[in-house]
Amino acid sequence: MLNEKNNNNNHQNNIVYDVKNLNLWYGDVQGLKDINLTIRENQVTAIIGPSGCGKSTFIKTLNRMVDNIPAVRTSGEVLYYGTNIFSDTLRVEELRTSVGMVFQKPNPFPKSIYENVVYGPKIHGISDKKILSEITETSLKSASLWEEVKDRLHTNAYGLSGGQQQRLCIARSLAIQPEVLLMDEPTSALDPIATNKIEELINELKKYYTIVIVTHNMQQAARIADSTAFFLNGELVEHGPTSEIFTNPRDKRTDDYISGRFG
Amino acid sequence: MSESNHVRDIIRNNIKHRNNRLEIIMPKLFLIAGSISIFTTIGIVLTLLIDAYHFFEQVPIREIFSTKLAPLGVNPSFGILPLINGTIITSLIAMIVAVPVGLTAAMYLSEFSSENTRKIIKPIMEVLAGIPTIVYGFFAYSFVTPLLMKLIPTLEPKNALSPGIVMGIMIIPLVTSLSEDAMSSVPNDMREGALALGSTRLEVTLKVVIPAAISGIMASFVLAISRAIGETMIVTIASGSSKNFTLDITQSMQTMTAYIVEFTSGDAGIGTGYYSLYAVGLVLFIFTLMMNLLSRYISRKYREEY
Amino acid sequence: MNHHNNSENNEKNIELDNEGKLKTFFNKDITTKRMNHRILLDKVGKKLFSVSILFALLILVILFYRIGVQSIGWLDLQFLTSNLSIFPEKAGIFGVLIGSFLLMVVVIPVTLLLGISTAIYLEEYAKKGRFQAFVDINISNLAGVPSVIFGLLGLTVFGRLLNLGSSILAGGLTLSLLVLPIIVAAGQEAIRAVPGFLRDGAYAMGATKWTTVRTVVLPSALPGILTGSILAVSRAIGETAPLVVLGIPALILRVPNSLMSDFTALPIQIYYWTLDTVLTPEYANMAAATIVVLLVLLFLLNSVAIVIRNKYQRRY
Repeated sequence: MLNEKNNNNNHQNNIVYDVKNLNLWYGDVQGLKDINLTIRENQVTAIIGPSGCGKSTFIKTLNRMVDNIPAVRTSGEVLYYGTNIFSDTLRVEELRTSVGMVFQKPNPFPKSIYENVVYGPKIHGISDKKILSEITETSLKSASLWEEVKDRLHTNAYGLSGGQQQRLCIARSLAIQPEVLLMDEPTSALDPIATNKIEELINELKKYYTIVIVTHNMQQAARIADSTAFFLNGELVEHGPTSEIFTNPRDKRTDDYISGRFG
Repeated sequence: MSESNHVRDIIRNNIKHRNNRLEIIMPKLFLIAGSISIFTTIGIVLTLLIDAYHFFEQVPIREIFSTKLAPLGVNPSFGILPLINGTIITSLIAMIVAVPVGLTAAMYLSEFSSENTRKIIKPIMEVLAGIPTIVYGFFAYSFVTPLLMKLIPTLEPKNALSPGIVMGIMIIPLVTSLSEDAMSSVPNDMREGALALGSTRLEVTLKVVIPAAISGIMASFVLAISRAIGETMIVTIASGSSKNFTLDITQSMQTMTAYIVEFTSGDAGIGTGYYSLYAVGLVLFIFTLMMNLLSRYISRKYREEY
Repeated sequence: MNHHNNSENNEKNIELDNEGKLKTFFNKDITTKRMNHRILLDKVGKKLFSVSILFALLILVILFYRIGVQSIGWLDLQFLTSNLSIFPEKAGIFGVLIGSFLLMVVVIPVTLLLGISTAIYLEEYAKKGRFQAFVDINISNLAGVPSVIFGLLGLTVFGRLLNLGSSILAGGLTLSLLVLPIIVAAGQEAIRAVPGFLRDGAYAMGATKWTTVRTVVLPSALPGILTGSILAVSRAIGETAPLVVLGIPALILRVPNSLMSDFTALPIQIYYWTLDTVLTPEYANMAAATIVVLLVLLFLLNSVAIVIRNKYQRRY
């Protein structure tokens, strides 16, 4: 059953990402084929599709993490609030202060919880201890982790459970106050209870942030996403309001995937 | 049909009468071989202890800790401090050269360079590492010393600076390869996490990778010091055999290793002078043993479990 | 699973400021200004680090160039085929080459036999216990002992105790102990790399342990063992200190003809000629020429090792 709240795909919301004719190659292999997609403010957009369909590659393009892949080439435009992220005028470090990312496997630094959260603010120039403390508290609260760790901020982050580590990574990303939060299968390595906590968190966060989430779990998309995009073999097959995608898909391939005929 | 039975019978028969003596002997032989390494260590320790003991019998403690070393003099004196001083100073100079160059080279290789560059540089480092130390000794004496003498007029032909620098050069590949190994084993997820927060590569290297790899890096430094302490030919050739206790690196100094070489290549005969070799050898052995154990300890204790 | 908006039930996690918007802590403009600075630092840092690599390369080039230049005119066929002589123009390193060669004739079998046996023991037969750990630690400590100390050991045990003096046998045995850890380490690694399923195949057919080791493990580990022994030989050929401590002399006019002969070896010759350069400047050239020969030998050895490694490395 779908939550009716998920129909918040208000077309009046501003466009955050306008992807136009995006193609991507690694060497000779084409990973993304002519993607056209818009992502709107304060919504959760889910990217679904079978393994190897390009969804991870796509989300990593949005904050240019694909730059790290050797022999990668792109064509087309990705406009972030109107600016092409591939243009020379936008520095990648700057883009990443506005667009944060949480990864599939929680990857806290081998430092204390506090050090993890303040890493971002510190490298971007904040050194006032009072402000850093405030940021830590606010970010950890936003990630629903504060109550659990407030008494052990200076212990090693590795002492936390998997679910807690992932929320720490979310707090870490939120600490530099991005506008967008990209999440690449954030709960696939976690147990159901931890997953639940993070889904509830996403519901809260989307009021203030724009969230793009890659998931291989269709039920998750149905639960939390306002818009859904279905990728297959590097192509964007279909996208639209989640309820439409799941109840009335336009493309047969989408229908097949949703009904579990492959995947 | 009957043929396969025939083969089966042969095999079954052979197994019953299998000669098991080899099975039992070989492991024992291997064990003996394995013990040779233990005997070697025992041999080293005994050799050093026994003859060093003779030395300590004959020379008072106060003299050993003095700074006067004149083993062949009319009134022989056996202070070990000049040798320890020489060893420490030359090793220090070597580390001053090797650590910055070695570590930054490792950082470049591990964090900044492309796969292609790495494929070219690593073999070159291996070549540097494979050059015998006698070649470095020759290089120090015939090229580096004359060059330094032009730059520093007061530099003597035998001095501590030249071999120190060349030892440093010799150690660079060691520091680089061990540090690079330590940095490479930091998982990539961590780098990605830092990059996704808007870090530059330099920030990722200095604030995430190096702190995570620090135990391996420290262990490599300790091993490098150990190597410098034990190095012989470069210092023997280029640093000379002056037994003055001095901090002046433009002058000749003798290291513990060079002392041993000097005495055995002359005619050592029997006597306190001969025994002093083993005493120095014992000190040297203990120094390097401690360094090696320290390196292993650091490596294990502070290693991050990722 | 259904989620309804639980904001009434959960504590208010996300902190808002007075206008109901997200609390902000820093001015993004400052961040942007700092960014230029940081990106510049990144570029400078990268250049600086690459300088270290260039420095190492430069040293290598200078080293080879200088030694090469100094040996010109002195390294020729006559140099390689004549014996040592007190007259620089007539001197040659034939005897020295034979000395080094005979030294390896001792080192190779001794160290291979001991080293491989130790590796087999540690990897195949030893029970994981205190003794095995002790041997392991022992080997790795021996690897860090300075070569002069091995010289002292050789002097006492082989030179005096076994009365081998400063013969090839004494030198060879001493060097074998020195490079033993190299072969043991290489052997251990090579044996460890043989996958379990190969061994299982043999055991499943009723093969005994020694048979399996002999017929399956060792043949598979052979390339790694060979590479390791080449590394060990490379090390032994260039080692000077232990031989000097043993008392290997400077001027041997006769070519050694047996393992008990007096001899001299390439690194020793380089050493003594270098020391006496002050007296006879030509010695520098002869030392340089000998170094070239030594380096060429090492290059050939290592090339063989690389070829073996590339050609026979099996990927399971």
